[in-house]
Amino acid sequence: MDYERSDGDKARAAVLPTAVKILVAGGFGVGKTTLVGAVSETKPLRTEELLSEQGVGVDDISGVESKSTTTVAMDFGRISFGDDLVLYLFGTPGQDRFWFVWDELALGALGAVVLADTRRLADSFPSVDYFEQHGLPFVVAVNCFDGARRYSIDEVKLALNLDPEVPVMLCDARERESSKDVLITLLQHVMKGRGAGREPASVGS
Amino acid sequence: MTTSDAEPRWVDDDAGPVVRPYAMTRGRAVAKNRFNVISLVAATRVAPSAEVGIGPEHIRIVGLCQERPLAMAEVAAHLGLPLGTVRVLLDDLLARQLVRVTEPAQHTNLPDNRVFEALINGLRAL
Repeated sequence: MDYERSDGDKARAAVLPTAVKILVAGGFGVGKTTLVGAVSETKPLRTEELLSEQGVGVDDISGVESKSTTTVAMDFGRISFGDDLVLYLFGTPGQDRFWFVWDELALGALGAVVLADTRRLADSFPSVDYFEQHGLPFVVAVNCFDGARRYSIDEVKLALNLDPEVPVMLCDARERESSKDVLITLLQHVMKGRGAGREPASVGS
Repeated sequence: MTTSDAEPRWVDDDAGPVVRPYAMTRGRAVAKNRFNVISLVAATRVAPSAEVGIGPEHIRIVGLCQERPLAMAEVAAHLGLPLGTVRVLLDDLLARQLVRVTEPAQHTNLPDNRVFEALINGLRAL
Protein backbone atom coordinates (compact mmCIF):
# COMPACT_ATOMS: atom_id res chain seq x y z
CA MET A 1 0.00 0.00 0.00
CA ASP A 2 2.65 2.45 1.06
CA TYR A 3 5.27 2.25 -1.66
CA GLU A 4 6.52 5.82 -1.44
CA ARG A 5 9.18 5.09 1.13
CA SER A 6 11.18 8.03 2.30
CA ASP A 7 12.73 9.40 5.45
CA GLY A 8 9.50 11.11 6.30
CA ASP A 9 7.55 7.88 6.54
CA LYS A 10 8.57 7.19 10.11
CA ALA A 11 7.40 10.62 11.24
CA ARG A 12 4.14 10.24 9.39
CA ALA A 13 3.35 6.93 10.93
CA ALA A 14 4.10 8.14 14.45
CA VAL A 15 1.52 9.38 16.89
CA LEU A 16 1.27 13.15 16.80
CA PRO A 17 2.71 14.97 19.81
CA THR A 18 0.58 16.63 22.44
CA ALA A 19 0.39 20.36 21.80
CA VAL A 20 -0.36 22.77 24.63
CA LYS A 21 -0.28 26.54 24.86
CA ILE A 22 0.21 29.33 27.35
CA LEU A 23 -0.84 32.91 26.69
CA VAL A 24 1.39 35.89 27.40
CA ALA A 25 -0.70 39.01 27.90
CA GLY A 26 -0.12 42.57 29.04
CA GLY A 27 -0.05 46.12 27.79
CA PHE A 28 1.65 47.37 24.67
CA GLY A 29 5.44 47.33 24.89
CA VAL A 30 5.55 45.46 28.19
CA GLY A 31 7.81 42.74 26.78
CA LYS A 32 5.46 39.93 25.69
CA THR A 33 7.39 39.07 22.55
CA THR A 34 10.65 39.47 24.47
CA LEU A 35 9.53 36.84 26.99
CA VAL A 36 8.36 34.51 24.22
CA GLY A 37 11.70 34.94 22.45
CA ALA A 38 13.70 34.34 25.64
CA VAL A 39 12.43 30.77 26.00
CA SER A 40 11.36 29.83 22.46
CA GLU A 41 13.54 27.43 20.49
CA THR A 42 13.15 29.63 17.42
CA LYS A 43 12.84 33.32 16.84
CA PRO A 44 9.21 34.29 17.58
CA LEU A 45 6.96 33.79 14.59
CA ARG A 46 4.12 36.09 13.62
CA THR A 47 0.70 35.10 12.41
CA GLU A 48 -2.32 37.16 11.50
CA GLU A 49 -6.07 36.94 11.63
CA LEU A 50 -8.11 39.05 9.23
CA LEU A 51 -10.72 41.17 10.94
CA SER A 52 -13.15 40.97 8.03
CA GLU A 53 -13.41 37.21 8.56
CA GLN A 54 -15.45 37.84 11.65
CA GLY A 55 -17.62 40.40 9.92
CA VAL A 56 -16.19 43.16 12.05
CA GLY A 57 -16.61 46.51 10.36
CA VAL A 58 -18.06 45.01 7.21
CA ASP A 59 -20.85 47.57 7.14
CA ASP A 60 -18.57 50.45 7.85
CA ILE A 61 -18.07 52.12 4.50
CA SER A 62 -17.59 55.59 5.94
CA GLY A 63 -13.84 55.42 5.57
CA VAL A 64 -13.36 54.53 1.93
CA GLU A 65 -9.67 55.21 2.35
CA SER A 66 -9.32 52.25 4.73
CA LYS A 67 -9.62 49.74 1.96
CA SER A 68 -6.79 47.56 3.13
CA THR A 69 -7.86 44.68 5.35
CA THR A 70 -7.37 45.12 9.06
CA THR A 71 -5.29 42.36 10.55
CA VAL A 72 -4.58 41.34 14.10
CA ALA A 73 -1.04 40.10 14.57
CA MET A 74 0.10 37.59 17.16
CA ASP A 75 3.67 36.63 17.98
CA PHE A 76 4.32 33.15 19.21
CA GLY A 77 7.10 30.74 20.03
CA ARG A 78 7.59 27.03 20.38
CA ILE A 79 9.41 24.76 22.82
CA SER A 80 9.60 21.04 21.98
CA PHE A 81 10.13 18.50 24.75
CA GLY A 82 11.27 15.37 23.01
CA ASP A 83 9.05 14.10 20.21
CA ASP A 84 5.79 13.92 22.08
CA LEU A 85 5.18 17.27 23.76
CA VAL A 86 5.20 20.79 22.31
CA LEU A 87 4.53 23.98 24.25
CA TYR A 88 3.43 27.06 22.30
CA LEU A 89 3.58 30.53 23.81
CA PHE A 90 1.22 33.08 22.30
CA GLY A 91 1.48 36.80 22.85
CA THR A 92 -2.03 38.23 22.88
CA PRO A 93 -2.83 41.20 20.68
CA GLY A 94 -2.82 44.33 22.78
CA GLN A 95 -5.82 46.13 21.40
CA ASP A 96 -8.94 45.60 23.49
CA ARG A 97 -11.26 45.53 20.51
CA PHE A 98 -9.81 42.21 19.39
CA TRP A 99 -11.44 40.16 22.12
CA PHE A 100 -12.62 37.56 19.64
CA VAL A 101 -8.98 36.77 18.94
CA TRP A 102 -8.41 36.40 22.68
CA ASP A 103 -11.33 33.97 22.89
CA GLU A 104 -9.80 31.93 20.12
CA LEU A 105 -6.35 31.98 21.71
CA ALA A 106 -7.68 31.18 25.18
CA LEU A 107 -9.59 28.14 23.96
CA GLY A 108 -7.67 25.15 25.23
CA ALA A 109 -4.92 27.24 26.86
CA LEU A 110 -3.39 25.87 30.06
CA GLY A 111 -3.07 29.31 31.59
CA ALA A 112 -1.72 32.79 31.09
CA VAL A 113 1.08 35.10 32.13
CA VAL A 114 0.13 38.74 32.62
CA LEU A 115 3.24 40.82 32.16
CA ALA A 116 3.08 44.09 34.02
CA ASP A 117 5.14 47.26 34.03
CA THR A 118 4.87 49.11 37.34
CA ARG A 119 5.08 52.45 35.53
CA ARG A 120 1.89 51.58 33.65
CA LEU A 121 0.15 49.14 35.89
CA ALA A 122 -3.29 50.08 34.58
CA ASP A 123 -2.31 48.57 31.22
CA SER A 124 -2.58 45.13 32.80
CA PHE A 125 -6.15 45.63 34.04
CA PRO A 126 -7.85 44.41 30.84
CA SER A 127 -5.79 41.20 30.80
CA VAL A 128 -6.42 40.50 34.49
CA ASP A 129 -10.15 41.17 34.03
CA TYR A 130 -10.33 38.92 30.99
CA PHE A 131 -8.67 35.93 32.65
CA GLU A 132 -10.66 36.38 35.87
CA GLN A 133 -13.94 36.51 33.94
CA HIS A 134 -13.08 33.49 31.84
CA GLY A 135 -11.69 31.44 34.71
CA LEU A 136 -8.34 30.93 33.01
CA PRO A 137 -5.62 30.59 35.68
CA PHE A 138 -2.88 33.19 35.47
CA VAL A 139 0.15 34.61 37.21
CA VAL A 140 1.32 38.23 37.18
CA ALA A 141 4.96 38.78 36.30
CA VAL A 142 6.30 42.27 36.85
CA ASN A 143 8.87 42.94 34.18
CA CYS A 144 11.68 44.86 35.83
CA PHE A 145 12.72 47.47 33.33
CA ASP A 146 15.96 49.30 33.90
CA GLY A 147 15.32 52.48 35.81
CA ALA A 148 11.77 51.56 36.69
CA ARG A 149 10.92 52.08 40.31
CA ARG A 150 10.64 48.72 42.01
CA TYR A 151 7.41 48.23 43.86
CA SER A 152 6.97 45.43 46.31
CA ILE A 153 4.99 42.42 45.24
CA ASP A 154 2.39 43.24 47.87
CA GLU A 155 1.95 46.72 46.44
CA VAL A 156 1.35 45.28 42.98
CA LYS A 157 -1.09 42.73 44.35
CA LEU A 158 -3.01 45.46 46.08
CA ALA A 159 -3.00 47.78 43.08
CA LEU A 160 -4.31 45.04 40.78
CA ASN A 161 -6.85 43.91 43.38
CA LEU A 162 -5.85 40.30 42.84
CA ASP A 163 -7.19 37.19 44.44
CA PRO A 164 -4.65 36.24 47.16
CA GLU A 165 -4.12 32.89 45.41
CA VAL A 166 -2.76 34.50 42.24
CA PRO A 167 1.05 34.35 42.22
CA VAL A 168 2.82 37.65 41.62
CA MET A 169 6.52 37.66 40.86
CA LEU A 170 9.28 39.87 39.56
CA CYS A 171 10.98 38.90 36.31
CA ASP A 172 13.30 40.03 33.58
CA ALA A 173 11.63 39.05 30.31
CA ARG A 174 14.98 39.27 28.48
CA GLU A 175 16.47 36.50 30.62
CA ARG A 176 15.77 32.92 29.76
CA GLU A 177 16.11 31.67 33.35
CA SER A 178 13.77 34.33 34.65
CA SER A 179 11.18 33.69 31.92
CA LYS A 180 11.41 29.94 32.58
CA ASP A 181 10.69 30.59 36.26
CA VAL A 182 7.56 32.52 35.32
CA LEU A 183 6.25 29.66 33.18
CA ILE A 184 7.08 27.06 35.84
CA THR A 185 5.30 29.14 38.49
CA LEU A 186 2.24 29.31 36.23
CA LEU A 187 2.22 25.57 35.59
CA GLN A 188 2.53 24.84 39.32
CA HIS A 189 -0.30 27.29 40.00
CA VAL A 190 -2.54 25.60 37.43
CA MET A 191 -1.79 22.17 38.89
CA LYS A 192 -2.59 23.38 42.39
CA GLY A 193 -5.88 24.86 41.20
CA ARG A 194 -6.89 21.63 39.53
CA GLY A 195 -6.27 19.76 42.76
CA ALA A 196 -8.72 22.13 44.43
CA GLY A 197 -11.32 21.24 41.84
CA ARG A 198 -11.58 24.48 39.96
CA GLU A 199 -14.56 24.75 37.66
CA PRO A 200 -13.59 24.41 34.02
CA ALA A 201 -13.55 27.70 32.21
CA SER A 202 -16.11 28.48 29.57
CA VAL A 203 -14.05 30.55 27.23
CA GLY A 204 -15.91 32.33 24.50
CA SER A 205 -19.11 32.82 26.46
CA MET B 1 15.18 19.22 13.19
CA THR B 2 16.38 22.43 11.61
CA THR B 3 14.79 21.76 8.26
CA SER B 4 12.28 24.59 8.72
CA ASP B 5 15.14 27.02 8.25
CA ALA B 6 15.77 25.60 4.82
CA GLU B 7 12.15 26.01 3.75
CA PRO B 8 11.58 28.44 0.94
CA ARG B 9 10.04 31.68 2.13
CA TRP B 10 8.44 34.64 0.41
CA VAL B 11 11.19 36.41 -1.42
CA ASP B 12 10.31 39.70 0.24
CA ASP B 13 7.95 39.72 3.19
CA ASP B 14 7.44 43.46 2.98
CA ALA B 15 5.94 43.18 -0.45
CA GLY B 16 3.14 41.05 0.95
CA PRO B 17 1.59 38.12 -0.83
CA VAL B 18 1.52 38.43 -4.59
CA VAL B 19 -1.81 36.67 -4.77
CA ARG B 20 -4.73 37.87 -2.65
CA PRO B 21 -5.77 35.33 0.00
CA TYR B 22 -9.24 35.21 -1.57
CA ALA B 23 -7.78 33.98 -4.83
CA MET B 24 -6.01 31.09 -3.11
CA THR B 25 -9.21 29.97 -1.47
CA ARG B 26 -11.22 30.61 -4.63
CA GLY B 27 -13.46 33.07 -2.91
CA ARG B 28 -14.21 31.03 0.18
CA ALA B 29 -13.86 33.20 3.24
CA VAL B 30 -15.02 30.80 5.93
CA ALA B 31 -13.61 27.35 6.54
CA LYS B 32 -15.80 24.43 7.55
CA ASN B 33 -13.44 23.66 10.39
CA ARG B 34 -12.57 25.98 13.24
CA PHE B 35 -9.14 24.63 13.99
CA ASN B 36 -7.31 25.86 17.05
CA VAL B 37 -4.11 27.84 16.48
CA ILE B 38 -2.24 24.86 17.96
CA SER B 39 -4.06 22.16 16.05
CA LEU B 40 -1.24 20.02 14.69
CA VAL B 41 -0.99 19.42 10.98
CA ALA B 42 0.93 16.39 9.69
CA ALA B 43 1.41 15.33 6.08
CA THR B 44 0.15 11.85 5.28
CA ARG B 45 2.28 11.43 2.16
CA VAL B 46 4.83 13.26 0.05
CA ALA B 47 3.67 16.52 -1.48
CA PRO B 48 1.61 15.90 -4.61
CA SER B 49 2.30 17.61 -7.89
CA ALA B 50 -0.20 20.18 -9.04
CA GLU B 51 -3.63 18.81 -9.81
CA VAL B 52 -7.09 20.28 -10.16
CA GLY B 53 -8.09 22.05 -6.97
CA ILE B 54 -4.60 21.83 -5.52
CA GLY B 55 -2.56 25.01 -5.72
CA PRO B 56 1.02 25.89 -4.85
CA GLU B 57 -0.02 26.84 -1.30
CA HIS B 58 -1.59 23.45 -0.72
CA ILE B 59 1.60 21.79 -1.88
CA ARG B 60 3.70 24.02 0.34
CA ILE B 61 1.64 23.08 3.39
CA VAL B 62 2.11 19.37 2.71
CA GLY B 63 5.83 20.00 2.21
CA LEU B 64 6.14 22.02 5.43
CA CYS B 65 4.44 19.36 7.54
CA GLN B 66 6.47 16.53 6.08
CA GLU B 67 9.30 16.20 8.58
CA ARG B 68 7.40 16.98 11.72
CA PRO B 69 3.90 18.16 12.53
CA LEU B 70 3.40 21.92 12.76
CA ALA B 71 0.76 23.93 14.57
CA MET B 72 -1.72 25.67 12.29
CA ALA B 73 -0.29 29.02 13.42
CA GLU B 74 3.19 27.88 12.36
CA VAL B 75 1.90 26.87 8.94
CA ALA B 76 0.27 30.29 8.59
CA ALA B 77 3.42 32.09 9.72
CA HIS B 78 5.70 30.16 7.34
CA LEU B 79 3.38 30.77 4.41
CA GLY B 80 2.75 34.40 5.33
CA LEU B 81 -0.99 33.83 5.11
CA PRO B 82 -3.78 34.76 7.53
CA LEU B 83 -5.09 31.99 9.79
CA GLY B 84 -8.50 32.09 8.11
CA THR B 85 -6.97 31.39 4.72
CA VAL B 86 -4.97 28.47 6.06
CA ARG B 87 -8.12 26.98 7.60
CA VAL B 88 -9.77 26.95 4.16
CA LEU B 89 -6.70 25.39 2.55
CA LEU B 90 -6.66 22.73 5.28
CA ASP B 91 -10.27 21.87 4.43
CA ASP B 92 -9.13 21.07 0.90
CA LEU B 93 -6.17 19.01 2.09
CA LEU B 94 -8.29 17.08 4.57
CA ALA B 95 -10.86 16.32 1.89
CA ARG B 96 -8.05 14.75 -0.12
CA GLN B 97 -6.51 13.09 2.93
CA LEU B 98 -3.20 14.75 2.26
CA VAL B 99 -2.86 15.82 5.87
CA ARG B 100 -4.23 14.87 9.22
CA VAL B 101 -5.04 17.40 11.88
CA THR B 102 -5.31 16.79 15.60
CA GLU B 103 -7.15 19.12 17.92
CA PRO B 104 -5.62 20.00 21.30
CA ALA B 105 -7.41 19.12 24.52
CA GLN B 106 -10.12 21.67 25.25
CA HIS B 107 -10.66 23.36 28.55
CA THR B 108 -13.01 20.83 30.03
CA ASN B 109 -10.50 18.14 29.20
CA LEU B 110 -7.12 19.53 30.24
CA PRO B 111 -4.14 17.23 29.95
CA ASP B 112 -3.42 15.21 33.07
CA ASN B 113 -0.79 15.98 35.69
CA ARG B 114 1.85 13.97 33.86
CA VAL B 115 1.79 16.54 31.07
CA PHE B 116 2.24 19.36 33.59
CA GLU B 117 5.10 17.52 35.26
CA ALA B 118 6.75 16.87 31.91
CA LEU B 119 6.44 20.58 31.05
CA ILE B 120 7.88 21.72 34.38
CA ASN B 121 10.78 19.25 34.23
CA GLY B 122 11.37 20.06 30.58
CA LEU B 123 11.51 23.80 31.27
CA ARG B 124 13.90 23.30 34.18
CA ALA B 125 16.20 21.30 31.91
CA LEU B 126 16.25 23.95 29.15
